[in-house]
Amino acid sequence: MHTRHPNSLPMKILIIEDEPKTGAYLRQGLTEAGFVTDLAQTGTDGLHLALQGEHDLVVLDVMLPGLNGWQVLQALRGQGLHMPVLFLTARDEVQDRVKGLELGADDYLVKPFSFAELLARVRTLLRRGRGAGSASADTPTLRVADLELDLLRRRVSRAGKRIDLTAKEFGLLELLMRRHGEVLPRTLIASQVWDMNFDSDTNVIDVAVRRLRAKVDEGFEPRLIQTVRGMGYVLEAPEAGC
Amino acid sequence: MRWALPTLPALSLTQRLAVFFTLVASAVVLGLGLLFVVAADRHFLDLDRQALEDKQGLIEAIVHGANASEDIRWRLSEALGHHHGLHAVVTGDQGGTLYASTPFTPPPDSALRPVDFGDGKRLWAWSQGDVDFLALRFQTQPRTTPPQGPLRVLLALDTQHHRHFLQGLQRSVALYAVVAMLVSGLLGWLAAHQGMKPLRTMKARAAAVTAHRLEARMPVEAVPAEMADLARELNGMLARLQGDFQRLSEFSSDLAHELRTPISNLLTQTQVTLSHKRSPDDYRHALASNSEELQRLARTVSDMLLLAKTEHGLALPNLDTMDLADEADALLAFYEALAADRQLSLHRQGQGRIRGDRLMVRRALSNLLSNAIRHAPAGSQVVVHVSEHSAGTEVAVDNAGPPIAPEVLPRLFDRFYRADPARAHPGTDGAGLGLAITRATVLAHGGSVGATSAQGRNRFWLRFPAP
Repeated sequence: MHTRHPNSLPMKILIIEDEPKTGAYLRQGLTEAGFVTDLAQTGTDGLHLALQGEHDLVVLDVMLPGLNGWQVLQALRGQGLHMPVLFLTARDEVQDRVKGLELGADDYLVKPFSFAELLARVRTLLRRGRGAGSASADTPTLRVADLELDLLRRRVSRAGKRIDLTAKEFGLLELLMRRHGEVLPRTLIASQVWDMNFDSDTNVIDVAVRRLRAKVDEGFEPRLIQTVRGMGYVLEAPEAGC
Repeated sequence: MRWALPTLPALSLTQRLAVFFTLVASAVVLGLGLLFVVAADRHFLDLDRQALEDKQGLIEAIVHGANASEDIRWRLSEALGHHHGLHAVVTGDQGGTLYASTPFTPPPDSALRPVDFGDGKRLWAWSQGDVDFLALRFQTQPRTTPPQGPLRVLLALDTQHHRHFLQGLQRSVALYAVVAMLVSGLLGWLAAHQGMKPLRTMKARAAAVTAHRLEARMPVEAVPAEMADLARELNGMLARLQGDFQRLSEFSSDLAHELRTPISNLLTQTQVTLSHKRSPDDYRHALASNSEELQRLARTVSDMLLLAKTEHGLALPNLDTMDLADEADALLAFYEALAADRQLSLHRQGQGRIRGDRLMVRRALSNLLSNAIRHAPAGSQVVVHVSEHSAGTEVAVDNAGPPIAPEVLPRLFDRFYRADPARAHPGTDGAGLGLAITRATVLAHGGSVGATSAQGRNRFWLRFPAP
């Protein structure tokens, strides 16, 4: 599936973050998620590492000693490096957001953010970077274990049995299947399926997933849609997991 | 704002008023003095003319009444000789002098300055040394035998005593003006100083205002009418500041209070977990629980920030025209599962356009819907009404629910307000900031919010100005 890397080489991520705890945990989290990571603690070091051009993505803190995040970003783009950049900011100011996006950042997260959210954004950016956004064209049917989702006819079946879903349930299942194996935070689900780009009622997502699960998983083995407490939801076949 | 005004010496208001007062008083005194001097001058001129014309009559009578030149000379010296300051020169047609006062030197014609009167009469003035003269020139025909041509007469009056008087008068006026200037300056300063007393009172009051003592007010009744407006405005400003300040401190204490509980939970849970060796599952459970608690905390913090920014009108970046019906439909789709779970049906009626920030408006409306779904009894309907009026566009969320007491209604939109303190459980939705954010958002759009409760249905409405 396209969530796997096309060749066996893992993706390389550069983290530029001066706060030692944040940096260390980001590094650990991303490494455990299967990425190769480098960590730089100043803007200067970060830029130096990034300019080697080996990284597929940069996670960039805005407030940095030495060069700040904006300057690093500008220098990177100035050198013709166009890997996706996800910037982290502690200030949720509109000007900051606009500035980052204008300078060529691809996405941003406001602290405090959840790691699940960061991981999901990183994966989205990497997938977009590989031009695999048009999965519906090349794979009209998504398959996980015995669950099938036909994108063209908008039909879902499990073990050959047809399952009736509402439009939004279909959208939710499509998201979970496209990104199977990934833990999707509730905010990401709300944003992708319902276009609710704010911290909305998270229990709406819980209920929606519960209802979807009742249709997709009840009466079947194994259970595909799983709750990861404190993180979000993941759709995966148990034997394919870990 | 930088103004490049020329920097006048910074005079105090009292000084300015005293200076203006002095200038005005001096101008008035000097004007009056000048008028007086000019009038006196004119008056003396008239008196002199009168005297000269009297003497002209006398001379003409003498000339007409005499029958010999010798007779004329004798009678003239008789008539004019004793007049101090009056001089006459009478010349015959042959150029010989018939009579001349002594000591008196007739002036050359070139020294004479004409002095004209309004009635066409003309006198002549000149000065000899420091003596001023005013003269009348006329001709008179004698009836002597043998007959002779007309006699030319120059009749002159010494006006030096008038000039002395006038000079004395001018000096007095000038002196008086200087004294008046000084006195009026002093009086002006005193008056201005006295007049500024209310300002000094206000200054003293203003100096007493600090962040901790915002309750001080300007004495509106004790100051003159012109300053009462200013005092009222200042009082209004103080009241607003006091209100804002109060809200700010409430906000801080609310925030601290709201954060205290979850932080305390986190601490307790973490430390209890750490106090014994546990199975990996127990640790996993504790961490997951911490993660949930921390997410709520993060959300409370960002909600507080959003609320603070919205309340200060800082966040209205993207205005565009949108149909509230579309926003309501998107939200109904979002809440569909939750509503179905509670056996509620969601509907939307009507439509209406507004101009606003899509994300913020959607969020504001979502808080109403979430609220309605939470409180509606199972099996009932939640209806979103959108309607356009001349004054603006209204969106109202209407649900069945227990009646809300009238005194509670206006407080529902308050920050951290919970109708039932026992339900202050953070599991439901954020930290009780939803409706406060909704209100702040709508206010930032120039609209208004409200709630009504009647006949078993509760209705929360948002009104936006017409696009």
